[in-house]
Amino acid sequence: MTALLEVSGVSVTFDGFRAINNLSFSIGPTELRAIIGPNGAGKTTFMDIVTGKTRPNMGTVIFGEKSISLLSMNEAEIARAGVGRKFQRPTVFEDQTVAENLTMALKAARAPWRVLFWKEGPADRERVQDLAREVGLADQLPRKSGELSHGQKQWLEIGMLLAQEPRLLLVDEPAAGMTLAEREHTTALLVEMARTRAVVVVEHDMEFVRRLNCKVTVLHEGSVLAEGSLDHVTRNQQVIEVYLGRG
Amino acid sequence: MTRHSFIAQNPAVLWFLLILAVFTIVVTLLSEAYGVAFISTSFVKTLGKTLCLCLVALAMDLIWGYAGILSLGHMAFFAIGGYMVGMWLMYARTEEIVVAALAQGGLPATPEEVRQGIATQIFGVVGASDFPPVWALAHSFWAQMALVVAVPGVLALVFGWLAFRSRVTGVYLSILTQAMTLALALYLFQNDSGLRGNNGLSGLQNLPGLGDVSQDALSVWFFWASAVALGLAYVLLTWVVSGKFGSVIRAIRDDEQRVRFLGYSVEGYKLFVFTLTAVIAAIAGALYYPQAGIINPAELAPIASIYLAVWVAIGGRGRLYGAVIGAAFVSLLSSWFTGGRAPSIPLGFYTINWVDWWLVLLGLSFVAVTLFAPKGIGGLFDLWQGLRSPDRKGAALGPDDSSLQEKEAVK
Amino acid sequence: MRRIILSLAAFLFMALPGLAQDQSATDILNTNRDLIEKPTRAKIAPVIAALAESGVPLAATVLGAWGDKGLGIRKSDGMFFLIEAGADGWKLRDLTGAEAGTAAKGDVLELRPNAGVRGLIATALVQFTLSDPDPAKRADALQSIARDPEAAHLEPLRASIEAEPDPALKAQKTRLEQLLTLRFDPDSAKRVAAIEGFGAELGLDVRGAINPLLATRQIAFAGDLPANTNLARMLDPGTDISDVEAYDLLVGAGMAPARLTVDEARAALLAHIVDGAVAGIPVTDLGIQANRDRAYTALEAAGAVPPAATDAEAAAAIAAHSFAEVYAEPDPAVTTAARAAMDRIDLTVGAMQAADLALDAISLASIYFLAAIGLAITFGVMRVINMAHGEFIMMGAYTGYVVQLFITNYTLSIIVALPLAFAVTFAAGVAMERLVIRHLYKRPLETLLATFGISIALQQIAKNIFGTQARPLTAPAWLDGALTFNDVLSISYIRIAIFVMAMMFLLFFLWLMKRTRLGLEVRAVTQNPSMAASMGINPDRINMLTFGLGSGIAGIAGVAIGLFAKVTSELGSDYIVQSFMTVVVGGVGNIWGTLAGAFLIGTLQKGIEWLNPSNTLAAQTYMILFIILFIQFRPRGIIALKGRAAGD
Repeated sequence: MTALLEVSGVSVTFDGFRAINNLSFSIGPTELRAIIGPNGAGKTTFMDIVTGKTRPNMGTVIFGEKSISLLSMNEAEIARAGVGRKFQRPTVFEDQTVAENLTMALKAARAPWRVLFWKEGPADRERVQDLAREVGLADQLPRKSGELSHGQKQWLEIGMLLAQEPRLLLVDEPAAGMTLAEREHTTALLVEMARTRAVVVVEHDMEFVRRLNCKVTVLHEGSVLAEGSLDHVTRNQQVIEVYLGRG
Repeated sequence: MTRHSFIAQNPAVLWFLLILAVFTIVVTLLSEAYGVAFISTSFVKTLGKTLCLCLVALAMDLIWGYAGILSLGHMAFFAIGGYMVGMWLMYARTEEIVVAALAQGGLPATPEEVRQGIATQIFGVVGASDFPPVWALAHSFWAQMALVVAVPGVLALVFGWLAFRSRVTGVYLSILTQAMTLALALYLFQNDSGLRGNNGLSGLQNLPGLGDVSQDALSVWFFWASAVALGLAYVLLTWVVSGKFGSVIRAIRDDEQRVRFLGYSVEGYKLFVFTLTAVIAAIAGALYYPQAGIINPAELAPIASIYLAVWVAIGGRGRLYGAVIGAAFVSLLSSWFTGGRAPSIPLGFYTINWVDWWLVLLGLSFVAVTLFAPKGIGGLFDLWQGLRSPDRKGAALGPDDSSLQEKEAVK
Repeated sequence: MRRIILSLAAFLFMALPGLAQDQSATDILNTNRDLIEKPTRAKIAPVIAALAESGVPLAATVLGAWGDKGLGIRKSDGMFFLIEAGADGWKLRDLTGAEAGTAAKGDVLELRPNAGVRGLIATALVQFTLSDPDPAKRADALQSIARDPEAAHLEPLRASIEAEPDPALKAQKTRLEQLLTLRFDPDSAKRVAAIEGFGAELGLDVRGAINPLLATRQIAFAGDLPANTNLARMLDPGTDISDVEAYDLLVGAGMAPARLTVDEARAALLAHIVDGAVAGIPVTDLGIQANRDRAYTALEAAGAVPPAATDAEAAAAIAAHSFAEVYAEPDPAVTTAARAAMDRIDLTVGAMQAADLALDAISLASIYFLAAIGLAITFGVMRVINMAHGEFIMMGAYTGYVVQLFITNYTLSIIVALPLAFAVTFAAGVAMERLVIRHLYKRPLETLLATFGISIALQQIAKNIFGTQARPLTAPAWLDGALTFNDVLSISYIRIAIFVMAMMFLLFFLWLMKRTRLGLEVRAVTQNPSMAASMGINPDRINMLTFGLGSGIAGIAGVAIGLFAKVTSELGSDYIVQSFMTVVVGGVGNIWGTLAGAFLIGTLQKGIEWLNPSNTLAAQTYMILFIILFIQFRPRGIIALKGRAAGD
């Protein structure tokens, strides 16, 4: 199995502070991976690098079968190449309806001219309705998304990610602020998604990670501390020190 | 969700076109040329110019209200449109006069003599007698009409590409557009800019070849043309903002970083909207200045573009009819006050003469609108329709500077 | 030129019999009585020269009296007397100054030389005044010579140097003598030595003396260079000189027929219309230049019109001649030396101009810095766009003007105006912050528009109160004048004052932000308002004070700017865009960035102005274009906050 995303030797410095230090990471095309690590371990910066928001000082980021380098692309190009990202706090377009949010995310041409002449076909409408149903917002389609509850916004954002049909999904703390039932739903959805694509979940909540039942990468001070099953890494002495030693 | 026709989704378009048509017919019937002469020709011109200002306000609303780019340079594009049409008008009109004058001389005029005569007539005022290179196409109506669109379009494209590429946003972009406008104005103020320095172009109200047609009739023709342009632009822009494209640009206004992660090239969209609105502004200017009769670099002053933003804000940004209402309301009110027709208010110790105090009133009421009624006049329609703003505890609808405010949104 | 010929004429006439040098003044007067009675500038020159040569003191007295209309001829005997208007008629004195009785008005012919003759007399008198016992008169004489030097001055000047007792005047005389030598001395070697003696000195007088030596004119000639011409350079038509100019030279020298103008051709053709045709070409076809040429050529061939050069003939004429630029000064040694001296001077002048430009740039940068520093506080520290900043500058300037209405002592009024302007604009700023801006934090675009509303209101109110006319804000007398290093390099005191003021503001700002409690709190609120609030800092109060401070500084800047700019209601809007540019280019939130931005913009504007001195509008245009491009490469300004602290 060749890797879908191959990050090697990446470093980032902010004003002398090394946020990411010689980090290497890879994930296969249909794999679920959890990234854990204490605050400041570089989890968010890692996602910023993969999605093009932050440029690393050195290292390479290779994506897909054609081994394209993500470092020469901007955020939009990376997203079009098939990398989706879900933020920690739900970010949806609050002045627009759920349907509009989903329609915008639908996989389709993204160039201004094509979008201007884009017409919603029956297939598109159906897809939007399917997605809404999948994330439990079927009866909320004409509502403005700003009026949704926090959990509903989370779901809407997950729905938008599904609509994008990415090949690699980066999910930042998906369970934050969710009820137990919602967490279970989320877990199931992430596992389901990982059947057809690569999913990277950044999470604090060990219980949630355990539920995902996948390979875990532990980040610490900008580089990989340990990698393996959750049981494996929790037995690792360094991991215990980092997590327990600092509380 | 069922599919609706364009008109059914946007009933405001029908209302707008209906009101515009009725207004046009009424003005025509009251005009001196085609009606009962109740409205003077100069007032017909004022109304026609107001329609052009409404048109440029529409463009401003698209770029600011929808895409969230507070451009302080769109009146520059408006003026460039006016300059482009003015060059042809002035050339062709002077040509008529020069040919007529030379025909008195006994010999038929050679093309060189005619050209020299026109150049002397036009540029004598800045002490030159040769055509500057920028006038190369001024003799051709179609070429110059193409330039009305092409020059502002290319300028907007180049400037926008530079600005958006380096991700200049928010107030920085506003200041940069303002600087661009100032640079253009200063350039045109020079005598050797080739556009007659601060004299500008004049006599634009006379249409070449239509010497027999009175200004009474011409003013109504231009009024019609302005009304048609406004109607067409309204339909076009409604179409632009109502589909997925509209969704994307409103999303850019509220949270452009998120739009990038959806795979849309934010810079491309901004550039598209910036250029499109620049072209619309230029067309508005090309219709405006033949009615005004004169254009000079003062029209490009950065302050004009800020006024444009003021109109849109007073009308209510993010709704196309708001921009039209704002521009019409403020500019007509402004000409009423500054025209000395508003009655003075004697206070005993001081008399408030509105010619002097109108700008103070405008400035302060604008502050009041920004503070207390961000929806502007358009908010009245929401009241009428029973639409309320959402209760968001003061939070805006997106993280960006340009995002919709709580009080601007509707539930 | 005319003067030189006149002087030469004077020298020639001196040798004539009857004007011999040993004659006494009285003899000369008597010999030339007719000429003196009705003098003309051309003929009288040798007489005056002879008089001057005849010896002190008589000659000085006579010439002085003549020039002052104090010389008369008694009609009865033709005797010359010094005359003076008395109670009735003239008081007479003979030429030695002894009393000689009186005469009735009609008995004496009063000599009234015209202005030209008086000029000649004055020149002749120079040698006497140069040795006048009164040093002030000698200095005056030197000045008048320096202002209007003539060849004739050279000899008397030289003669007077030796005996000059005053060392300062002696130095002046020596210098002037050198200046005259390099222009007028007949000995070429002396002239060259004089030129080289000045080295690369910058004085305007030196440049004024050397420049005429390098005056050139353009000539056209066939074959070899005419003799007795001092060639500066050959001109190649088409590169050094346009073909039109070259042909005009030929026409001017009578070496070629004039080209036919369109109007002349037209008139000629009109005059020869026969049966609706000219030379067989129908008039209706004459709307094309080629046909007109054909018709004219036909007329020319028939001898009906004078020949005129066609383009081909003109080109041939140009090809057949050579063109050159020649010096008016005939002596090549002198022109070579002058050219070398001028090159040396130009080099020094260039260096001095660069220094002067740098001073100009610094003072412009100080002005921009002053105008922008308040904005740097409100925009940079608080991220609040204040479009009314320019109007605060204007309010400061008007405050200064109003203070001067009440306090007429300019020094005192400025001392009062500075704190008062601060107080007025501080209050205005605080009021604006409380009423408007407080409600719009985190909405910078709305702030921009709302403050713009305030800006137009304030501007109009100022217009209503003070009118549209510019009001004076006069600087104290001790700020008049300039610190002058040499003829090129100088800087006015007012600009130095503004520079000092800008530096004081910089220090004040640094002190305030880094050393005071207020500064600490401002920085805390800027970086993290909620954290600051939880530590007991009241962000509302800090914001209000910061805004007031920024506005107050704008007011003080207004007084400073008002001292050299016209105080109008538009004063502020002239500076607002540049101020924003300064802050944006420098980098937001950093006072050193503002300083760097002001310096960059000031230097840039002066630099571009220097490249194109006639057009300051163009300079501003290009400067703004440069800034737009600059922001491409450094979107966050010169001094940018980096990394996460900068936010997005």
